[in-house]
Amino acid sequence: MIPSAYSPEEARGLWVFLEQEAGRLEGVALELLGKGRELAQARGVPLTGLLLGQGVEPAAREAIAHGADDVVVADDPLLAVYTTDAYASVAAQVILDRKPETLLLGATPNGRDLAGRLAVRLRTGLTADCTGLAWEEGTGLLLGEVSGFGGGVMASIKCARHRPQMATVRPGIFPPPSADPDRAGRMEFVPVSLDAAKIRTEILERVRHEGVDITRAKVLVAGGRGVKGDFAPLTEIARLLGGEVGASRVACDLGWIGRDRQIGQTGFVTRPKVALVCGISGATQFTVGVKDAGLIIAINSDPEASIFEEADLCVVDDLFPVLEALIAELRGAA
Amino acid sequence: MKPLDIIVCVKLVPKPEEVTVNAETRTLDRAKARSALNPPDMNAIEMALGLRERHGGTVSLLSMGPPFAAPYLQVGLAMGADHAYLLSDRLLGGADTLPTSLALAKGIAKIGEWDLVLCGEESSDGATGQVPQGIAEWLGCSQITYAMDLSFLPDGRLRGEREIRGGHEVVAVPLPAVVSVKLAVNEPRFMDMERRRNPEAVTIWSAADLGVDPKWLGFEGSPTVVGAVWQAKSPERQRQFLDGTPQEKARLLAEQIRRML
Ligand SMILES: Cc1cc2nc3c(=O)[nH]c(=O)nc-3n(C[C@H](O)[C@H](O)[C@H](O)COP(=O)(O)OP(=O)(O)OC[C@H]3O[C@@H](n4cnc5c(N)ncnc54)[C@H](O)[C@@H]3O)c2cc1C
Repeated sequence: MIPSAYSPEEARGLWVFLEQEAGRLEGVALELLGKGRELAQARGVPLTGLLLGQGVEPAAREAIAHGADDVVVADDPLLAVYTTDAYASVAAQVILDRKPETLLLGATPNGRDLAGRLAVRLRTGLTADCTGLAWEEGTGLLLGEVSGFGGGVMASIKCARHRPQMATVRPGIFPPPSADPDRAGRMEFVPVSLDAAKIRTEILERVRHEGVDITRAKVLVAGGRGVKGDFAPLTEIARLLGGEVGASRVACDLGWIGRDRQIGQTGFVTRPKVALVCGISGATQFTVGVKDAGLIIAINSDPEASIFEEADLCVVDDLFPVLEALIAELRGAA
Repeated sequence: MKPLDIIVCVKLVPKPEEVTVNAETRTLDRAKARSALNPPDMNAIEMALGLRERHGGTVSLLSMGPPFAAPYLQVGLAMGADHAYLLSDRLLGGADTLPTSLALAKGIAKIGEWDLVLCGEESSDGATGQVPQGIAEWLGCSQITYAMDLSFLPDGRLRGEREIRGGHEVVAVPLPAVVSVKLAVNEPRFMDMERRRNPEAVTIWSAADLGVDPKWLGFEGSPTVVGAVWQAKSPERQRQFLDGTPQEKARLLAEQIRRML
């Protein structure tokens, strides 16, 4: 077995990596604080946030308000924007120094970029893209619930002897906790000694859209290849119902709509009250992203489409006239 | 620019919809599942072949898997890759991401000359998406994950457009580098039937060929263990088919939607 950097006996505490963008905590960081609070309480250990960035003191305060007992802050101009080398180097140093028992990260592109690198540097195990977390009865080990094979198979994974036990967690799974601005917590700034010459990545350009969060939508109107690039009727229905537009991966790959609206295994897992699924065939990689919706309506011209196996109301029809009639119906009622 | 030697890491995966969980033994039943090269790995092969067309050099395929993966690597050779290597040994089986990335890194080092390693963003079976970063760390080189496009800057650095949450960024890294390629960023080319008829042999290496303590490999080298396995359950759905004109269907839908909100 590859030896662990430190032993379970030396390890202590539950840590969450607090991903931030321009000094503001990402949604998944808040979600991790909420779930982390619950897990830390159950195990009787402190919850520590690990925050890297520049000018992130307000974000550290925000983390405390959302449940952190303490926040270890590395504040440095070279950490302003995420790069693998800078973040992995600082995070590894702090972790080897403080020896947390558990480290949770958000399964965002950068969270995964860091987690995979860090797990090997620390010679430890990593449970990727968890949809559930719990302590195992008896052993107190972290059990990460993951899905594989396009979402059809679930498994629980644990890391017996290596520390920290690392896991990345899917955004949108755990609810964000409410903030308590009076909550007390400790902030600790650690010294950073990064050498700019050792950061191999140079960022030439960076574009962030004001992203929507489809994981919290009450109504999702999802379109796939069958909408043939025309999301206008779906957008109108989403507006009339106070919901959001979602999409299959194919619709995103074709550039019809932003990636932040992709549902499924490599997109977002959502739990709307109503999912209206239009022109989507129903591959498992898609359906894992809506299977917990309250009501699933599928509109597809192909009566054999597998989406109908996952739907409450099935409409075998060309989607456009049905959506047009639905818009009229909803407008009439408004 | 000098020619590029590119290694593409590929994995043979069972077709996800054909894998089931045996309810009694609580283990995976892959016996009935057909296999295929992992879809984003096909995009990585295509990206490598495109780069070779522009800059010259070689494309080698590297895989860790059972012996029956060899014919699938020949598909990659028939697409135009120059060489293929398969790490195949019982001692490599049951590996999680730590020993998997180690074995692949050792395989890459054994191939010898290389400038760039490409992988698919994640495998459709285990779906961790953590192996490319692990390979980069074992090799001590730079990485670009979730790449959509690759090219070279005049100074020889690799320029990659990659996905970030809610957007994208363009980065430059020095070679050598490891890149994970996003699914569907290109159209993988078809096999060339000429090559297909006369494929080069796949080089097969055992665990011993990698020069690592076998205790660091496979199941034994894995810090994580899989506990329970179960079939994902979707809530039972009504599967009620609606009849009538689009207007009649829309009226029913509107009614049902309002009832939920
Ligand atoms: C590793 C991996 C990860 C993946 N991750 C995801 C993921 O996160 N999310 C995801 O969605 N997919 C994912 N996929 C892809 C997935 O397997 C499917 O290919 C994809 O979901 C199909 O998208 P679609 O249903 O829009 O397109 P198609 O499968 O092409 O289906 C289009 C449907 O539209 C219907 N249609 C056409 N015209 C009309 C019309 N006028 N009216 C009504 N219906 C019409 C057709 O009958 C058809 O059923 C992943 C695949 C892999 C390999």
